Amino acid sequence: MTTTTKHDRLETSSRGGGQAVPARSAKLPFLASANTRKLGLTVLGWTVALLIFFPIFWMVLTGFKTESAAIADPSLIFSPTLESYQAVQERAGYTRFALNSVAVAFGSTLLALLIAIPSAYSMAFLPTRRTKGTLLWMLSTKMLPPVGVLVPIYLIFRDVGLLDTRTGLIIIYTLMNLPIVVWMLYTFFKDMPKDILEAGRMDGATTFQEVCFLLLPLTLPGIASTGLLSVILSWNEAFWSLNLTSSKAAPLTAYIASFSSPEGLFWAKLSAASTMAIAPILVFGWLTQKQMVRGLTFGAVK
Amino acid sequence: MKLTRALPLATLTAAVAAASQAQAQTEITIGTVNNNDMVIMQSLTDAFEEAHPDIELDWVVLEENVLRQRMTTDIATQGGQFDVMTIGTYEVPIWAERGWLSPLDDLPAEYQVDDLLTSVRDGLSNDGTLHALPFYGESSMMYYRQDLFDEAGIEVSEQPSWEEVRDWASQLHDPEEQRAGICLRGKPGWGENMAFVSTLVNTFGGRWFDEDWQPQLDSPEWQEAIQFYVDLLNDFGPPGASSNGFNENLALFSRGSCAIWVDATSAAGKLYDPGESDVADRLGFAPAPVAKTPKGSHWLWSWALAIPATSENQEAARTFIQWATSREYIELVGDTQGWTSVPPGTRESTYANENYQEAAPFAGFVLEAMRSADPTDSTLEPSPYVGVQFVGIPEFQSIGTQVGQTVASALTGDVTVEQALQTAQRATERAMQRAGYLD
Repeated sequence: MTTTTKHDRLETSSRGGGQAVPARSAKLPFLASANTRKLGLTVLGWTVALLIFFPIFWMVLTGFKTESAAIADPSLIFSPTLESYQAVQERAGYTRFALNSVAVAFGSTLLALLIAIPSAYSMAFLPTRRTKGTLLWMLSTKMLPPVGVLVPIYLIFRDVGLLDTRTGLIIIYTLMNLPIVVWMLYTFFKDMPKDILEAGRMDGATTFQEVCFLLLPLTLPGIASTGLLSVILSWNEAFWSLNLTSSKAAPLTAYIASFSSPEGLFWAKLSAASTMAIAPILVFGWLTQKQMVRGLTFGAVK
Repeated sequence: MKLTRALPLATLTAAVAAASQAQAQTEITIGTVNNNDMVIMQSLTDAFEEAHPDIELDWVVLEENVLRQRMTTDIATQGGQFDVMTIGTYEVPIWAERGWLSPLDDLPAEYQVDDLLTSVRDGLSNDGTLHALPFYGESSMMYYRQDLFDEAGIEVSEQPSWEEVRDWASQLHDPEEQRAGICLRGKPGWGENMAFVSTLVNTFGGRWFDEDWQPQLDSPEWQEAIQFYVDLLNDFGPPGASSNGFNENLALFSRGSCAIWVDATSAAGKLYDPGESDVADRLGFAPAPVAKTPKGSHWLWSWALAIPATSENQEAARTFIQWATSREYIELVGDTQGWTSVPPGTRESTYANENYQEAAPFAGFVLEAMRSADPTDSTLEPSPYVGVQFVGIPEFQSIGTQVGQTVASALTGDVTVEQALQTAQRATERAMQRAGYLD
């Protein structure tokens, strides 16, 4: 196959518009540059991915080192040991924290979806003058640093007995994720052709039927990716979980925090605990990445 | 539409209803920091529960700063989430003053309250009443590499001076061998670099505030002390000293990368443990160096167990903290974990114990340092505050950390020592004005 260099291309263009250029050679430069671009993008993609993944990789590696090896000069060569995992497991019951994380992440996501689907529906299909404003206002609640409302929330939780309960965390996480969930669902619903819903209505479907049998199945990828995002955000949330729980409802973020220390060597144990804490959500994300990507790009190429 | 509105409400109600979590009557929640001594205490849970079958222990272990924030929120809002809190000598008098902690008078005779070190007991008291029981205590001292000192023919005097230390550091500084002459704390924070810097300022004759609460950070004593500190670390310190805290220096020293290190006495046990330290058999120790005055040249800190006034399980909590700070507990740790692992710096009897003396050759130094540190008289000129390496007022956390940052920026060379101290002085003046100490 003939390769076309930059020089050729310059020549081609210098010939001017007067001379006819054979179709074949006009196509080739484009192909070559597309290939280069593709290669460049692939390299860039991999570089970015590796950069993002590196801290996680290093954490997993450190979890298998001894404490003294963990703090010594960074090295890829070491004899792996499970002693940190053993120490971590002996000191704190992983299962209890993990179960709390699962309950809280999925519970809050479910609750958020239950509230967000109807509200996104009404905003997307029955907008009023104030819909845009309401959406922006909802998002603005995310702009406040959480610590600003810590004391009021703490007092409310104390008075209604929600401190250190899963229910309390579920409520907080739901409120925390609701703006994002509503926004995402709103954009997915907006992309739905209205005619389909109208056709359903013509056939006598009620609003409930319309949502359940038409809207939800058609926007399922979007809903799934919204749900996944909400699960991941809740799973990783640390500020509220550290401040509103003590022992009974503490999720995995509190579990990790218990191995962090300014005094004494805990790097390997901290890494082991972190690896165990992110493992479930990592596997979960890996299994569902297809839905996630499909959902996030849903309606993007209309 | 009706359903759309009703659904979230119903779910919320159902979720709240499901929140009933049964609570055992004698279950006590203990908030504590993550360090070796506390991990040992946690691992001895079974021993306590066996002796007290009606009490169950529930642990919340957090990093020091997170714990401090968590506990302050809880106690200030009377949240009542904790039955036992791990707090330090800085918090105890302040919290006790506000009535947040249960007073610990009428302790039983078998607890032997007189066996507690006087300085530690005073540090944990408010108006003469104990408000927390010491779990372990520490002062500061100087560690050095005996082998390097012998090689260089250096004799360490009984009470080294900072001038001598600088001289020794210059002789032993060897960047080619990747060894720093001296390692000191540089990481900003009131409990990190400022703990050390405050003792240095004290011994150079300085103080944080004069008797009218006027900040003294632009005084010649501060200037001299900080200039000495910055020069010492820049000339003979490890690279990147401004990011080294206790942990980092411990790692450096135990790997053999420092010839001298001045820091907490609680590091001694770790440095003497051959499993954790490469220099266990080559370790020398001396009292913390002094400059113009021995007053305040070494700090006093203790992690203590206190019971918040909001706890509903006062009796059970008391039983636990008495057990965890008792002589029997120290003996239990000595027998099960080895005598270098016992929590130091709380009881005279620990230092009188032959097993401990044998396992910890540094014991005498530590005891002397703990006894001679006087938080009520730690500055050459009189000062209105209690505390050696901190100022016992609520505002100090933020003041100390802010000054710590400016000192660290002088260390990195971003600003001169003079500029740093002027900035620190202005910031401290503003903070003290806002807090109502100054007009």
